[in-house]
Amino acid sequence: MGRKLLLEHINVPGINTFDVYRSKGGYASVEKALKTMSPEAIVEEVKKSGLRGRGGAGFPTGMKWSFLAKPEGVARYLVCNGDESEPGTFKDRYLMTYIPHLLIEGMIVSSFALGANTSYIYLRGEMMPQVRILERAIAEAKAKGFLGKNILGTGYDLELYVQPGGGAYICGEETALLESLEGKRGNPRIKPPFPAIAGLYGCPTVVNNVESIAAVVPIINEGGDEYAKIGIGRSTGTKLISAGGNLKKPGVYEIELGVPVEEFIYSDEYCGGIANGKRLKAVVAGGSSVPILPANLILKTINNEARLMSYESLSDGGFVSGTMLGSGGFIAYDEDACIVRNTWNFARFYHHESCGQCSPCREGTGWMEKVLHRLEYGHGKMSDMDLLVDVSKKIEGNTICPLGDAAAWPVASAIRHFRDEFEWHVTNASEATSRNYGLAHYADPLKVVETA
Amino acid sequence: MKVTIDGITVDVEPGTSILNAARQIGGDIVPPAMCYYSKLQGSGGKCRTCLVKVTKGSEKDPRPMPKLVASCRTGVMDGMEVQNITSPEVVEARKGVVEMLLINHPLDCPVCDQAGECHLQDLGFEHGAAKTRYEFDRRTFEKIDIGDKIQLHMTRCILCYRCVFTADQITNTRLHGILNRGDHSEISTYISKAVDNDFSGNVIDVCPVGALTDKTFRFKNRVWFTKPVEAHRDCDKCCGKVTLWYKGEDVIRVTGRKDVYGEVEEFICNTCRFDKKKTADWVIEGPRKVSHQSVISANHYEFTPLPVVKTNPVLMEANKEQFERETRL
Amino acid sequence: MLRVDEAQEPVEFSPELITKFDEIVSRYPQGKQKSGLLPILHLVQAEFGWVSAPAMDKVAEYLSILPIEVYEVATFYTMYFLRPQGKYVLEVCRTSGCCLVGAEKIMDHIEETLGVKEGEVTPDGLFSWRGVECLAACGFGPVLQIGPEYTFYENLTNESVDKLISDLKAKAKN
Repeated sequence: MGRKLLLEHINVPGINTFDVYRSKGGYASVEKALKTMSPEAIVEEVKKSGLRGRGGAGFPTGMKWSFLAKPEGVARYLVCNGDESEPGTFKDRYLMTYIPHLLIEGMIVSSFALGANTSYIYLRGEMMPQVRILERAIAEAKAKGFLGKNILGTGYDLELYVQPGGGAYICGEETALLESLEGKRGNPRIKPPFPAIAGLYGCPTVVNNVESIAAVVPIINEGGDEYAKIGIGRSTGTKLISAGGNLKKPGVYEIELGVPVEEFIYSDEYCGGIANGKRLKAVVAGGSSVPILPANLILKTINNEARLMSYESLSDGGFVSGTMLGSGGFIAYDEDACIVRNTWNFARFYHHESCGQCSPCREGTGWMEKVLHRLEYGHGKMSDMDLLVDVSKKIEGNTICPLGDAAAWPVASAIRHFRDEFEWHVTNASEATSRNYGLAHYADPLKVVETA
Repeated sequence: MKVTIDGITVDVEPGTSILNAARQIGGDIVPPAMCYYSKLQGSGGKCRTCLVKVTKGSEKDPRPMPKLVASCRTGVMDGMEVQNITSPEVVEARKGVVEMLLINHPLDCPVCDQAGECHLQDLGFEHGAAKTRYEFDRRTFEKIDIGDKIQLHMTRCILCYRCVFTADQITNTRLHGILNRGDHSEISTYISKAVDNDFSGNVIDVCPVGALTDKTFRFKNRVWFTKPVEAHRDCDKCCGKVTLWYKGEDVIRVTGRKDVYGEVEEFICNTCRFDKKKTADWVIEGPRKVSHQSVISANHYEFTPLPVVKTNPVLMEANKEQFERETRL
Repeated sequence: MLRVDEAQEPVEFSPELITKFDEIVSRYPQGKQKSGLLPILHLVQAEFGWVSAPAMDKVAEYLSILPIEVYEVATFYTMYFLRPQGKYVLEVCRTSGCCLVGAEKIMDHIEETLGVKEGEVTPDGLFSWRGVECLAACGFGPVLQIGPEYTFYENLTNESVDKLISDLKAKAKN
């Protein structure tokens, strides 16, 4: 049984209230940090912990914090990114619904470390219930003296506000989020300057994912070194994995990084295998934007080693045979799933969510969707696959923000690994509209290449 | 600061963008720019046609940049080395961007007033592919009049945002903006309103394509049959320095004076642009120098266009020269 | 073409609503009141069921910004309705995770039950429905949400959808 740092008390009745949360040791990190530590010491602990951003990019949180500019007399902001919209990811919603005080505790410690006196939690607009939950929790914390003026008599002031968005995936990109928080269209900004220099209202700003902020709590409680002992290699600590799709027990699981993928899918402690006794066909391991892998490649790396749930192991093999941990949105596809339809579904998503600011993404996402739609509905051509790969290459890396890459990768990877299924949709067009391609060879053991 | 672009080194002020450094060098190595406009703050970065490869970040930190960068919004560093036309990667990416810009463009150049001075036409000609691979219906919008002088033909728009910045920075209010998102984005006023103030006409000049056109010039003539002449007048609202576009003896259009990158030197007011269409309103300076590569230089100055006012020897001389040159060719 | 030509009913904001606006604006530094635009539009939509052009003009006036700035924002985000909707808008997630577990069938069922196509309003004015992109509940799909509270309904089946619709009908009668 792996260690639980964030969700340890998730099943305690009433853990969403201040009193129960406090009785389980909640807000201890606030007392420790504000009373006994300097902001620099907190940043140092977070650096030592090796915590990497849990929103998808995996950038070391401590390093991000240390980049924050600190000019005299200019306000600094901490903004929590709760615009969780990546298909496959639902961990933040879960965390905020059931244990909202953990996020607030993390926000207080992090704001103190960064010297922010006003912090915002930006939630996607669809999370109105979570807005209400957090606002209630903030009011409770404020009444107990953990927020507001002169927190716990330490002289530190912090106001915390929850801001709802309006329904836009792109606002998960940090500069688009800041634009949205300023009451504008969620168009990502052109960088540089980075938010650490000029972010919200032009002031130095740090934007962190909900889970990253929550992870600061155990890091401060137990020390960065202790946190770093959990996990494997540079993937330290625990990670919330949102498991969905055709799994027997979908849901949010906290894992120690380094659990084998096979164990995660099939053990009863986690997902309990594939639903309805079907066989696994493919997995999207880190939210819709990471490359999709067939069953054989997700369980084993190309060198025939067991693949682990960690930043490094999942990306082993690069984009040729690997994928990414991303935000931890784990979608499993059983043998009845149609990869072409799913790829079209993803392409439609990115087409719908492109902000329309820069041309490759605005035009390219729509183009890919149309071609995939044609393939799925039996009007495709053999040349469409090459066209899709080429269009995805024209988008990738040429856009203002990573949405272009996120739109290109799932399409390119689906064609890379499932090309024969795409071709079957062309050669057997009428059959493809009535039945699925099935598992084919996608779960066959990998051929071990003899090395001299 | 020293920056090297395609092997040519130039000294520039700190804070200069790669694009502007390239413009200081000039010639073929200048990246094309569809959305950047040096007179409009915050413009650029969106169209991605000016992508370049930074092979050396700076003298201090020589690491190359991992991705292609938008040269209009990336500042130079001392010792930076940049590849534009010498990088196959850049050429390929640019071709891709041009293709993207064109897939939903109507390609109605034969009936478009902008043809001949359209940046997208030039871009497609210089950097695009010969064929399109796009096989779907193109996005269309209905034409709308924003005010009685300006027509918005949204179908042609490439969403460069220049007109939005112009309204924000040059005029006293903004009535139009970018509505919707993704490839449904459009320029609109949302509620039918006339965009009409002293400087609103400048949106026509900044528009790189035929999306915003001058209704007073609409379908009057192809630009290459008109004759551009520099002129000025005393204006209490603007600098009064313009280009007059003649058809025969009539001024059929007035625009700001544009430089080699298609940017106006100074913005002009609507009075100069729409209301002063008589030669008598203006002091003529001389024929406009047009690049010999431009289709506009294909016109001929075969007669004196100014019989109503006193003869202008400078203009006549220039006309004669050009006429001789053209007939020789 | 996105243009509103027909005249729309003028709106008036109640003092209670304005008090709520004031509280929202107080969260931001001086002069940054525009930050309140998104939450305020949510409040307007909750009050009137949709966001009309006159309402947006009023919001612009309240925040001392240009009306076009409000239009730009309201059209960018998908949650704001620019046309009148049913009293209950069923928003069904249509992205991958939910499709794997039958979201498309649920949408077909809703279309059949309500008898209206996506985006249309039922004749009694009670319901409209639409597919929306990922609602971040992929493990509990298929899911739908209903504004303005954005209550969630998870693990949908045809039966649970039928029950939901009849419950809402009963609720509307009372």
